[in-house]
Amino acid sequence: MQTNSSKTQRKLSYAKALVEATDICMERDPKVIMFGLGVNDPKRIFGTVGNLPEKYGKDRIFDVPLSENALTGIAVGAATMGYRAILTHQRLDFALLSLDQIINNAAKWHYMFAGQWKCPIVIRMIIGRGWGQGPQHSQSLQAIFAHIPGLKVVMPATPADAKGLFIASVEDSNPVIFLEHRWLHYLEGEVPDGYYSLPLGKSQISLEGNSVTLVASSYMVYESYRAAEALKKIGISAEVINLQTVSPLDLETIIKSVKKTGHLVVADTGHASFGVPAEIISRVTENCFSALKSAPVRIACPDYPAPTTFALAKHYYPRSSDIAEAVLKILGESNGFEITNNLKNIEQSLRPDVPDLKFTGPF
Amino acid sequence: MIRVREFEETVATRYSEQEMRCPVHLSVGQEAPPSGLCEALAEKDQIFSHHRSHGHYVAKGGSLKKLISEFYGKATGCTRGVGGSMHAMDVDAGIIACTPIVGGIMPVAVGSAMAHKYDGNGIVTAVFLGDATLEEGVVHESFNFASLKKLPIIFFCENNFFSVYTHLRDRQPDRPLVDLAAAHKMDVYSVDGNDAVEVFRVSQLACESIRKGNGPVFIEAITYRWREHCGPNYDNDIGYRTEEEFQEWKKKCPVEKLTKQLLLEDKDAEEKIKKIHTKIRKEIEDAFQFALESPFPAKEELFKNLYAN
Repeated sequence: MQTNSSKTQRKLSYAKALVEATDICMERDPKVIMFGLGVNDPKRIFGTVGNLPEKYGKDRIFDVPLSENALTGIAVGAATMGYRAILTHQRLDFALLSLDQIINNAAKWHYMFAGQWKCPIVIRMIIGRGWGQGPQHSQSLQAIFAHIPGLKVVMPATPADAKGLFIASVEDSNPVIFLEHRWLHYLEGEVPDGYYSLPLGKSQISLEGNSVTLVASSYMVYESYRAAEALKKIGISAEVINLQTVSPLDLETIIKSVKKTGHLVVADTGHASFGVPAEIISRVTENCFSALKSAPVRIACPDYPAPTTFALAKHYYPRSSDIAEAVLKILGESNGFEITNNLKNIEQSLRPDVPDLKFTGPF
Repeated sequence: MIRVREFEETVATRYSEQEMRCPVHLSVGQEAPPSGLCEALAEKDQIFSHHRSHGHYVAKGGSLKKLISEFYGKATGCTRGVGGSMHAMDVDAGIIACTPIVGGIMPVAVGSAMAHKYDGNGIVTAVFLGDATLEEGVVHESFNFASLKKLPIIFFCENNFFSVYTHLRDRQPDRPLVDLAAAHKMDVYSVDGNDAVEVFRVSQLACESIRKGNGPVFIEAITYRWREHCGPNYDNDIGYRTEEEFQEWKKKCPVEKLTKQLLLEDKDAEEKIKKIHTKIRKEIEDAFQFALESPFPAKEELFKNLYAN
């Protein structure tokens, strides 16, 4: 972690960590502006904006007309003239209206003008699941953005990640797609005080181990962690890599781990086909095939749209028991039935469409 | 005006040599709109445009050497050969960016105008669009935002009646184009786009109003594209428009019109114009020579500039 001094840690929610990060960016650089639908409405983007509209005024933080595509272009234009724009979308699905500006303009702005213009923008999109978000309110399309040269795609897992990666994203001179999982906003964790940033394109080993490598991003880091903790009981020590940035991909950390463990499971919030796990597994097999002792496995959502009713959704999203099962299978471990069963019991004790029992709908 | 005409005609003539290996969207016949507008803009003012941008670039004072080098794919081009003719730019001349996704540049120009308003630097932004651009949703999003925020921007629409080969009447109901902008509560003008003096007069009014802080202005300049959509040729024989229609518009040649206007005011005008032609031809010839002698970008440039530092 890159910090400019040793920091006091305190517990903060992921949402509050984002407020703090935005505040720090705006305080440090008067050219940082933020806009998006509802940034200063009473809900403040699920509590991620806090009182910043009052603090910084309407020129720097403003609500907008419902024009996702134009607003993205407006961010590009302001960035061209020296501003750093943060654009917010309450769902990733809404941002799909702006794919022209993201892919044709923002991603290519620096390359196609031979380095004469920069495009420092951060586009916050919220991904997620649960409470009936359904086919058009929950998509995890990181693979689409990661496919486009020129974009950076960031998927923080912990509150401390959220703060450090957000500050790095705003300070970056390139367009960054910043994906926040809706279930993580509530999550609390230790967050360093004051200014610090986490480098984009660098992963973190959140749990060391030597039996199997579990790679995950965003919410799937928690599911992987839960699986790893359970597997410990039968002596399987999983190494959990928290990707943090999907693109550029930190292949080095993954390869190093696979060379140590010989086994790889990649968990992602997106659809299985043509996704982030597919890319990681492909890269690993290209680069260190001989280190693999078993065929790598991807854990992802089915190649179907997400259903709304929890009766179907509970069968749709992969959880820690699926990860544990995959690990047991590739390790040829036959006495792990109890492990996966316990995980399944815990999962079933929770309502399938909320992150925890404190939560009441709607999202 | 003459520079735009001579420039485009020279490109048309030399295109058949097959050495300018990128698409060219020529604006012969449409010289008056950019010439009139850019005459009204101050040097520090900025323009954004689309694929048919050479006339805009030349009228705003962009370097001919850079643009022609770009057509040839040379390292001395506007974007070192990466963008080609559809991504013309010359920051020193206030030509910020051109992109060929119809409507795609509009919000970028609006965002840039917002930055200038914040900075209070008095810069007026002009963004070129065509009649077909008005069919894109992002244009209305851009109009709405610019008007809401009273941004210092001119939406400058060259109506040449054609979206590639499809006529306006097959694409839009019969209505004044300016009504679309007026609906977003901004001042609008419709002018004879083959009359440079008239375009200049209206553009001046727009600039004055914008500099007073009154927000965006929309100008429609009605004009006509003489040559094919993309490429150096005439295409009246392929069936989407008639030779008669073209000849009618050719009679309204904007360069001839301005020449006649000048002759009325100055009996020596003919001689002066002749000298201008000669001077500009030499300038263009030099620029071509420069481009032809320039090096191509090195292989390493393929992998440069993906990310900014």
